Amino acid sequence: MSSRANQYCTFHLDGLYFGVQVEMVQEVIRYQEMTPVPLASPVVRGLINLRGQIVTALDMRRRLEMPDREDGELPMNVVLRTDEGALSLLVDEIGDVIEVDEESFESPPATLRGRARDLVRGVHKLEGELLLILDTEQAMSCAPESPHGVEVAA
Amino acid sequence: MSEDNELDEVVQEFLVESYENLDQVERDLVTLEESPEDLELLGRIFRTVHTIKGTCGFLGYSKLEGIAHIGENLLSRLRDGALTLNGDRTTALLRMSDAIREILSSIESTREEGAGEYGELLELLGRMLEDSPQPSSPPAAEPRGAMPSESEPESSSASASGSEPPSMAVVDRPSDAADPPSVPPLGELFVREGIAEKEAIDAALEAQEKGDPRKIGEILVRRGQARPKEVEAALVAQQEAKEIATIAESSVRVPVGLLDKLMNLVGELVLARNQVLQYTHTIDDPGFLATSQRLNLVTTELQEHVMQTRMQPIGNVWSKLPRVVRDLAKSFGKKVRLQMEGKETELDKTLVEAIKDPLTHLVRNAVDHGIEDPANRIAAGKDEEGTLLLRAFHEGGQVIIEITDDGGGIEPAKLREKAVQKGMMGHEAAARLSDREAMNLIFSPGFSTAAMVTNVSGRGVGMDVVRTNIERIGGTVDVQSESGKGTSFRVKIPLTLAIIPALIVRSEGERFAIPQVSLLELVRLEAEQVSANIERIHGAPVYRLRGNLLPLVDLRDALQQRSPAQAQAALSSEAVNIVVLQADDRPFGLIVEDVHDTEEIVVKPLGKQIKAVSAFAGATIMGDGRVALILDVLGLAQRAHVITSHEQHQGPRTASNSDEQSQRQTLLLFEVGSRPLAIPLQLVSRLEEFPKAQIERTGTCQVVQYRGAILPLVALSSAVSGLGHAMTDVIANELEQVIVYGDGARQVGLVVDRILDVVHEELAINAIGRRSGVVGSAVIQGRVIEIVDVEGVVAQSGVRPQGASNIQLGGAS
Repeated sequence: MSSRANQYCTFHLDGLYFGVQVEMVQEVIRYQEMTPVPLASPVVRGLINLRGQIVTALDMRRRLEMPDREDGELPMNVVLRTDEGALSLLVDEIGDVIEVDEESFESPPATLRGRARDLVRGVHKLEGELLLILDTEQAMSCAPESPHGVEVAA
Repeated sequence: MSEDNELDEVVQEFLVESYENLDQVERDLVTLEESPEDLELLGRIFRTVHTIKGTCGFLGYSKLEGIAHIGENLLSRLRDGALTLNGDRTTALLRMSDAIREILSSIESTREEGAGEYGELLELLGRMLEDSPQPSSPPAAEPRGAMPSESEPESSSASASGSEPPSMAVVDRPSDAADPPSVPPLGELFVREGIAEKEAIDAALEAQEKGDPRKIGEILVRRGQARPKEVEAALVAQQEAKEIATIAESSVRVPVGLLDKLMNLVGELVLARNQVLQYTHTIDDPGFLATSQRLNLVTTELQEHVMQTRMQPIGNVWSKLPRVVRDLAKSFGKKVRLQMEGKETELDKTLVEAIKDPLTHLVRNAVDHGIEDPANRIAAGKDEEGTLLLRAFHEGGQVIIEITDDGGGIEPAKLREKAVQKGMMGHEAAARLSDREAMNLIFSPGFSTAAMVTNVSGRGVGMDVVRTNIERIGGTVDVQSESGKGTSFRVKIPLTLAIIPALIVRSEGERFAIPQVSLLELVRLEAEQVSANIERIHGAPVYRLRGNLLPLVDLRDALQQRSPAQAQAALSSEAVNIVVLQADDRPFGLIVEDVHDTEEIVVKPLGKQIKAVSAFAGATIMGDGRVALILDVLGLAQRAHVITSHEQHQGPRTASNSDEQSQRQTLLLFEVGSRPLAIPLQLVSRLEEFPKAQIERTGTCQVVQYRGAILPLVALSSAVSGLGHAMTDVIANELEQVIVYGDGARQVGLVVDRILDVVHEELAINAIGRRSGVVGSAVIQGRVIEIVDVEGVVAQSGVRPQGASNIQLGGAS
C-alpha cells in the first residue's frame, strides 16, 4: 500500500516510545481542562470540549498500568478518529511523525513487560530506539466500571 | 462515471417515492375494503401501481414490472366495475404490495431485483382477475385492462373517470409530479370544460377590470352565460389542482442527514449564545447588550424552526397499523375496528423512528390478547366488533400516546398468580402488591399472561423490551385496565431529545444537569432544620415531605465522590438542598451541594467507555465551555436502590419453593405493646399523628376525620393476636401514631405505639410465628421481628366495605 500506512505519529509514555498510524490521528492538542466522570474506569480521566464535540480522554499511562505522572506534569492529547467519534489518548510528550521501513517490523519481543504486551501490535527497530506500535482498538477498550472506590482519592 | 451517478440518483428517487406511495397504497387498500365503492381511492391506488410499473420498465426491472403489471390489470378491472373488491382480492393486492416492497429493498441494497420467485403470487393475481363474476361488464373494460402501455399520464387519468364529468381530469392528474401540474386560470378552465364561451369570459374579465367587484364565475352566472353547478364544480377542481401544485412547488425533499447536521449546528449556536450571554453580566456596553439580546432572540427562534423541520406527524408511524391490525384480526378470526385520533400530533423524527416498534408491539398485543373473539364478545354482551383506539396529543411539553382496547382487560389477581408461578416472588410479596403494581408486572422480563403462545405474542419477550425502548428515549409507559372492559396503555415521550431544559446542580465542585422532566420540586433545609427533618438511620435517610416518606440519596455518595467516612463526618452540619425527582413514577430526593439555574442544554452522547455507567444519560457543554454530565435519573435511582420495585418484582428470581423467600426490601419498623413489628415501606402512604381527642366511633369501629374523608382505624394491638392488649392502655400517649395504608377511598389507618425505624434489608421471611395477622418473622438488625400481614388484618377487621378491595390474601390466614 501507499507509504502513508507506514507513517506513525509518535509519543512517549514513561520512557517508552510509542506510535499510532498517522491516518488515525485527527489532531494533537495541548492539555485541556477536563470534567471527571465519577464511577467510570480510572483510565477515563475526563471529558474535554473539542470545539463543541465532547471527547473522552483516556490516560494511556493508566491503561498500560504505568505509574501516574508526577503532580504538575500535564499530559498531551492525541485525538484519534474512530467510528464512534473522536477519542483522546493522554500521553506524556509528543514526538515527530516518522516514516518507517516495513522490514524493520517485528512482533512484540518476549521481554515486553506487563499490560503493554496486550496493547502493542509489534515493534519497529529504529536506530538506537524501539518504536512500539499501539493497538488502538485495544487501547480504546477499557473496563466500563471500576471496582468500588479504586483511585477515587487519586 | 457521472452517468452512473445520475442513474443512481434516478433509482434512489424511484425507491424513495415508491416506498412512500406503497405506504399510501396499503392504507388505501385497507380503507377501500370498508368502502369498496370509493372510486377516488381506487383511482389513486391504480395510478401509484401504474407509476411504479412504468418507472421500473424504464429502469429495466422486469420482475417488478411483471408483478406491477398484473396488479394493475386487476386494479383496472376493479375500477371499471368489472370486478368487485372482496377480502381475497384485498389480500392478494396487499401481497402484491409486499412483493413490490421486497424487491425494492433488494434493489436498494444490491441494485438487483433479488432471487425471490413470485410465480405463485402472479398466479394468484391472475386467478383473481379471471374470477370475474360475469363477463357482462362493458366491453370497454377489456381493452383498458390490457391497456397499460408506457405512454401516458393523460390517458390513464382520463380513463380513471370513465363516465364522470371531464372536469375531474384536472384533479386526477397523477401527482407523481416529475413536472408539477400548473394551475390553469379559471377562465381557461371554463373554456376547456365547455362551461362558458371564450367571448363571454373575455367580456366578464373586461367587466372585472372596469371595477366589477364580483368574481368571474358570479358574473357569468348572473349573465346567464354559465350554469352555477358547473361553475362550482370547476372551482372545486381548480382548488384541488392548486393544492397539488402548491405541495409540489412549495416543498423540497431534504436528506435527513442534512437536517441532523443543521440541528447539530443549532446546538453549537445555542451554546455560543449561552456563552455570550454570560458576558452580559460583566460587560456594560449598551451596544453589546442590545446585540446579544438580539442574538438570543434569533437563536431561540432559529432553534424552534429547525426543530420544526425535524417534526413529523405521528400518523407516519400509524399509517402502517391498519394493515397490521387487519392481517392480525383476520388470522385470529377477530373483528377489530381501528380508530385514530390526533394523527397530526408532531414529534421529532428520531423519536418517531424510536417509537415505531414499541407502538406496533402494543397494537399487536391489543389485537392478540386484548380483544376477544366475536363469540366471547357477544357472550359478554359487547359489540361483536372490537374497537382499538389510538390517541395522540401534546400535554405539558410531552407527547402522550394512548392505545386503548375494549377487550377483556387484565386481572391483577391473575398477574399475581403468574408472578408466583414463575418464581418471581413469593405469595406474600405478590399479595402485597397494589393492583397498579401488579398490573405493571406485565413489563417484567419473561412475563406473559397469554394462555396460549401464538406466533405474534405471548412468548414473554416484548413488553419488557417495549418498556426499555420507551425509557431509552426518556419516556414512560403505564397500563390501566378494568377486567372485562378493556385495557389502556399510556406512553409518554418527550417532544425532542436534542435540546432539553435541565436544572444545573453542583456536587463536589462539579456541575451536573438534571433533565427537567424528572424534576418535581426543590426543598432547602437550613442547618438547624436538618436534624429535625431528616431521619438518617442506619444509612437510609428519609425526609418527611408533607407527611410522605421520601427516600434520600446524597449525590456525592451515589457517585462515590467521597468516602463513606467523609459522609459520616459531614452529617447534619450543613444546610441541605433536596432536589425532589421522579423516577419510574416514584419520587425520591437527591441531596446536592448547590442548585443553579435551569438552562437549555444540548444533549451529546457519551463515548462507549462511559456509556455503561448507568448514572449518566449524556453530556453537555456549559456556557463557560466546560463539559457537564447529564444525570440519568432512573439509572441513578436504581443504583442508589431508592426504587426497589424493579429489583424486587422484576428479574426472575431463582426462588426456592420452600417457605423462605429472600428479597431486599425497605421496611418500616414499629412497636406495638413493646413487640417490634415491620411492614414493607411501599405499603405505607403516610405516617400521621392524631390527638386522642380527635378519634371518634362509628358503630364498632374507630375512625378519624382525615383530609376531608373518614379514615377507619385498626388497632394492631387487638387485631394481631398475642401482642398484649393491656399495654396500649398503659401508654400515656397524647398522640396516636398511625400508619396510613393504601390509597384513595381504600385508606386505612393502623394504630401503633411507636414508629421505630426504616431499614433496607435482605429479607428472609420465616414461617415461624405465622398466625392470623402475621406473615412470619425475619431477623432484622439482629432482632427477630414479626412481619405484619396488613391485608389480612384489614380484611379481618371489617373496616373496609365488602368488595372495595379485590386483594384477597389467602396464604397467610
